[in-house]
Amino acid sequence: MSFLELDRVGKRFGPTTVVDDFSLVVRKGEFISFLGPSGCGKTTTLQMIAGFLDPSRGAIRLEGKDLTAVPPAKRGLGIVFQSYALFPHLTAAENVAFGLEMRRVPRAERGERVRATLAMVGLEGFEERYPRRMSGGQQQRVALARALVIRPSVLLLDEPLSNLDAKLREEMQIELRQIQRNLGTTTILVTHDQSEAMSLSDRIVVMSQGRIEQIGTPQETYERPATTFVSQFLGKTNDFAAEIDRGTAPARLIAGSWSAPAPPGVAGPVTISVRPERIGFGEAGLTAAVVTRIFQGNHWLFQCDSECGPAIVIRQNDGTPQPAEGEAVRLTWRTEDMSLRARGSV
Amino acid sequence: MSAMVDTAPAHPVAPARDEGRASAPWALAAPALMLFLGVLVIPLAMTVLLSFHDWGQYKGIEPVLILKNWHEIATDPYYLEMFGRTFRIALLTTLITAVLGAPEAYILNRMAGPWKSFFLLVILGPLLISVVARTLGWALLFGGNNGLVNKLLMSLGLIDAPLPFMFTETGVVVALAHVMMPFMVLSVWAALQRLDPQIENAATSLGAGSFTIMRRIIMPQIMPGVLAGAIIVFSLSASAFATPAIIGGRRLKVAATLAYDEFLNTLNWPLGAAVAVLLLVALVLIVVGSNALIERRYAEVFR
Repeated sequence: MSFLELDRVGKRFGPTTVVDDFSLVVRKGEFISFLGPSGCGKTTTLQMIAGFLDPSRGAIRLEGKDLTAVPPAKRGLGIVFQSYALFPHLTAAENVAFGLEMRRVPRAERGERVRATLAMVGLEGFEERYPRRMSGGQQQRVALARALVIRPSVLLLDEPLSNLDAKLREEMQIELRQIQRNLGTTTILVTHDQSEAMSLSDRIVVMSQGRIEQIGTPQETYERPATTFVSQFLGKTNDFAAEIDRGTAPARLIAGSWSAPAPPGVAGPVTISVRPERIGFGEAGLTAAVVTRIFQGNHWLFQCDSECGPAIVIRQNDGTPQPAEGEAVRLTWRTEDMSLRARGSV
Repeated sequence: MSAMVDTAPAHPVAPARDEGRASAPWALAAPALMLFLGVLVIPLAMTVLLSFHDWGQYKGIEPVLILKNWHEIATDPYYLEMFGRTFRIALLTTLITAVLGAPEAYILNRMAGPWKSFFLLVILGPLLISVVARTLGWALLFGGNNGLVNKLLMSLGLIDAPLPFMFTETGVVVALAHVMMPFMVLSVWAALQRLDPQIENAATSLGAGSFTIMRRIIMPQIMPGVLAGAIIVFSLSASAFATPAIIGGRRLKVAATLAYDEFLNTLNWPLGAAVAVLLLVALVLIVVGSNALIERRYAEVFR
């Protein structure tokens, strides 16, 4: 049931490869995020879908039809830009109406759709305002309305929330998700903010240096990161060097003074990844000392110095007494909470 | 919040220091103010006063207050024609620079790095050369039978007589447009710099073609820049001296060259002063008036 398909898409600028071998199948109505640090090729990929850039290799298909053969003005995609790119000389209503005018939608219907879309993004009564007289959040809503009013087959969002302050950003995230759910518009979001990607998307495409690192649901990418890059980029993580000891039967997985039965099918030196919130303080386990203890309201953040290097531990503030700075502790975790990778793999 | 905290300790000592502070701006502005008074306000006032004095071939300037010069300017159709020509030339020059300069600035803005700076230099280049030299260049190209272009066209048999350029209004307008072009290009370029770099992509994604983008999105946004450039070009062209003096010569007088001649040839200083003052007042009215119109038109959008 592929709706939008990117097939081995690549983009080169001179000798530099910006996007390489990008393949993705997007289902109708899905919310996809391209997540990665700046320069990872996520915006370039979005611009190729939008048609502002031509791919050097590969094909982009929408409902089975080759999209690269269609000029950008005829693709019928809705785009929200990072800077919003509103037309400053037009009012909010005129901005939203622009796309409908280009489609020669009759005046009466145009007015009705502009009103309805502005109402949907919570901007009733702002029709006659000019963008300069609106706040960042309101401009953002106008940009969203302008992109949605043309009923786009795909909505492309290029870091749309990065210019808003933290509180407003959270509000807009929730609202964006609701609007997208209600309309069922297939949406692609480009972002470098992992929490934004996780709270909004059905699936996340984690990118680094022009390549796809992992495609998966937010939970999959967070809990079972495919590569070290993904585990580091999506939230905090602890990486411990470990060995498999085949001398004993059954074989054991050993990291410092922590050990567990080795899972089948793994051999040699490995890296254990454990999320800070999945580590507890126990009677046995990795020997460590608390270096700093930071109180963060609903949780405590511990920075520890362990046998296998620095470790971060997050504990819920559930009322139980917590170890003090300088105290010796043992770190422990359940085997199902960790992920294993052969050491040396990226 | 932090700003309030920072300034709070200053309050208890405020009364004693406030008096000193109140006079400080005046003291600091005094040197510039004196210069402004000395070299602009006083000479200007004297020129205005001069325009009311009497003058005669044998008696020279008589420091009386009469309306003779103003009466002469108001009744003699020669002055009406001359001022009409001055503003006609200025208006045509402004139109030409706007029509050519705005696209020029747009193309310049779209150019890639090294080419952009090269062509910016080409456009600004004329400003580095004396107006006289630039204008004489035109005279060399089109001046009568010996003008380079005229010679070429005549030897090719394309024209029989040299193109009339020197001592014509067309000639003055063309040369002035050349001289004034940088001001228009820079003004429009400044407006283009304020454009959101994604704005054309945004319009494209909504289904607009390149002509529509130009007409509906780019043009309205650079209009304030074009109008600002037009005000500069218009006022500079109306008061230009060197170009009309060289191309127009004695036959085609404009306000500036007429005032010059009254002062230095006829030695009728009061009449020259009246012409100069009238030019100044007319320009101030036109500039202030059109500026107010522009501000009102674009206040909502760009403020």
